[in-house]
Amino acid sequence: MRRMLEQEYDVIVIGGGPAGLSAATRAVEKGLKTMLLENREMLGGIPLQCIHTGFGVHCLKEDLTGTEFIARLIDRAERLGVESLVRTHVLSINIESLREKTVYAVSPKGLLKIRVKAIIYAAGARERHQFEVGLTGDRPDGVYTAGEAQALMDVYGVLPGRRIVILGSGDVGLIMARRFVMEKAEVKAVIEALPYPGGLTRNVVQCLQDFDIPLYLSHMVREVRGHDRVEKVVVTRVNGEMKPVEGSEFEVECDTLIVSAGLRPDIDLLEKMGVKTDPATGGPVVNEFYETSLPLVFTAGNALVINDLVDYDVEQGEAAATFASKLLENYETPSLNWRQVYRGRNIRLVVPQLVSGKMSVLFYARVQHPENNVNVTIRETGFKRRLLRVKPGEMIRMKVPVEELAGLNGEKLIFEVVE
Amino acid sequence: MTRIEEYTCIVCPAGCLLKVLADQNHIVKVDGAGCQRGVEYASQESSDPRRMVFTVIKVRNGELPTVSVKTSRPVPKKHVFTLMRMLASIELEAPVEIGDVVLKDAYGADVIATRRVGRLKKPVYCSY
Repeated sequence: MRRMLEQEYDVIVIGGGPAGLSAATRAVEKGLKTMLLENREMLGGIPLQCIHTGFGVHCLKEDLTGTEFIARLIDRAERLGVESLVRTHVLSINIESLREKTVYAVSPKGLLKIRVKAIIYAAGARERHQFEVGLTGDRPDGVYTAGEAQALMDVYGVLPGRRIVILGSGDVGLIMARRFVMEKAEVKAVIEALPYPGGLTRNVVQCLQDFDIPLYLSHMVREVRGHDRVEKVVVTRVNGEMKPVEGSEFEVECDTLIVSAGLRPDIDLLEKMGVKTDPATGGPVVNEFYETSLPLVFTAGNALVINDLVDYDVEQGEAAATFASKLLENYETPSLNWRQVYRGRNIRLVVPQLVSGKMSVLFYARVQHPENNVNVTIRETGFKRRLLRVKPGEMIRMKVPVEELAGLNGEKLIFEVVE
Repeated sequence: MTRIEEYTCIVCPAGCLLKVLADQNHIVKVDGAGCQRGVEYASQESSDPRRMVFTVIKVRNGELPTVSVKTSRPVPKKHVFTLMRMLASIELEAPVEIGDVVLKDAYGADVIATRRVGRLKKPVYCSY
């Protein structure tokens, strides 16, 4: 039998997308012996399949395509000599003690057993699929998630269908609508259950209106019909409680249904280790160091919270590595008194979920519904910032300086949007 | 004769509703823009609408079967689909580097590779 390869590192980064690459690069800069593991054939993650611009506007001050952007991150990591392994899948992680963990992984070299002190988990997200959005009916060929269709078209050069219905009006769905039309497929409809589009206004304009693609708000796809291949979908109007309106059904003939129903952090591995999760984000509960409930296990990027902009993934990856380095030097978190951040009025999610009040914190939050002229507040400390508008599709990124957290009394604080 | 055209600005995420007052050949006034960039966008959109084009092109003997490309600047909207058809007939040989010019001077823009596609060590005819 082949022996297991045994190795030792300070930090292991799981996931070679924007967050993982940034984390590994920063960890090496901090002098940590670092290994980056990626389970696909090449480093890069999701931006590899994003051929449109909008990447790096904040962190590189340039408007790049996803493909160009990720090449910059990969080049920078390689220049610094970041060690990485591709086609390597982490099977399990054992926590031996505070500073000792054993990671078991399969790789082309065989089974790996890696002893590490800290872990940065940046394995990204997975897409919500048809059965998570209540689709019933036949199960023919021709139902894809938006990300699958994107990879098929823009990495492998395969057009998944000719007559398309898109379920969900998030940015990925809108961008895919334009891509299909550009490749001479017909997009028959974009269906959105909510009364407003999920994606940015400018994507609705330049991806749908530009090509006269009908957008059905407050509608949902109820049923897929087709024998071997999708033949049609049944669409119905929904009321305010998301219940179908009787008698409003109509059929749309198509050969392909694209499900663009959003993303969920992919944290199966952490859940197996017993990590505490937040039902609002679908990711782990973290403190201001991006540390999960498992000591010295950090998380960043879409595995932490679904981000709108790649810049946030990069920022979180770098921060997680910086904090990992800091805590490896001086582990003081057990002595900190964590205060829980509660979701207040019009807040759907907020990270980090735990703060100490001893340092400035960068909060990422998402609202439940759109509003104009509001204040983001933390009542307990008197923190208050004015925002012209908030929308569910656009994350609030808000730095709260330590002076405005220091006045914390009690166990909790409420992060909210008020008029 | 004057006419009023409405556009939603796509320059930034704010999405201002722009109203353009124009006569036969030139723009009289742009209302509703939150900043100067919106005024420029509306004027351009009203007189000569242009779009960036993003697509993929076939690659032979590459680690991936396609390379992604973009136009170096926006091209006239009415020529977008003609350009797409031109690009559909192009086939490149790996390796392709980011920034390689795939097509020169198409409707005032160059078409540029945006993905690095290394050459396969052992060429194959169908990798997927």
